[in-house]
Amino acid sequence: MSAVIHTAADLALAMLALAMLLCLVRLLRGPSMADRILALDTLYINSLAGLMVAGVRLEDPTFFDAAIVIGMLGFVGTVAFAKYLLRGDIIE
Amino acid sequence: MNSAALTSAASDGAVWVDWIIAVLLVGGAAFALIGSYGLAKLSDFYKRLHGPTKATTLGVGGVMLASCIFFMSAGRGGTEQILVALFLFITAPVSAHLLVKAVLTLNAADRPPPPSTPLRSDPEASTLGRDGSDQ
Repeated sequence: MSAVIHTAADLALAMLALAMLLCLVRLLRGPSMADRILALDTLYINSLAGLMVAGVRLEDPTFFDAAIVIGMLGFVGTVAFAKYLLRGDIIE
Repeated sequence: MNSAALTSAASDGAVWVDWIIAVLLVGGAAFALIGSYGLAKLSDFYKRLHGPTKATTLGVGGVMLASCIFFMSAGRGGTEQILVALFLFITAPVSAHLLVKAVLTLNAADRPPPPSTPLRSDPEASTLGRDGSDQ
């Protein structure tokens, strides 16, 4: 791995960590329930991007399987939360 | 040219590929950061939804492209990342749509008024419509 990619991956990881902190701020402050759900949604997308950058940084393709799992479970979770908000129940 | 430079050039590939990967990594992370900053900063829920749903998807796309190029230039596959990003590109609008639908159903006062249909005998509305269609 060249030094350019090394530095860029470190910088990208730092920026994604800052983005996840901003999502956490909205998750804790969010006035309504929908704000918190949206913050969780953005949080899992950011963590997915962070896992992909970590896969490049450590040259390990195993991270992408974890990214796929996080993507699927995050989507199902967001849909379930939105359904709960809409109907007050998830499985009717 | 000495042998060390030759071997490093052969193992690392071309230098411009490294720069493309680095720019895509930092650019994708910057998009994700801007989207999350919009989520934390903006004032209204509908404005807040706008930032992450566009910028974060673009950020994941940039990071996916970078890791794809990286593993393909190393000759170690590079197709699983496309799967991750494809799945995210399909599901992110669906979840955003469900969220907005839930919020609009809960707060009926936030809904915009239905568009008023101009009467057929209203001369002003018909003139405006004809002018708009002619230009």
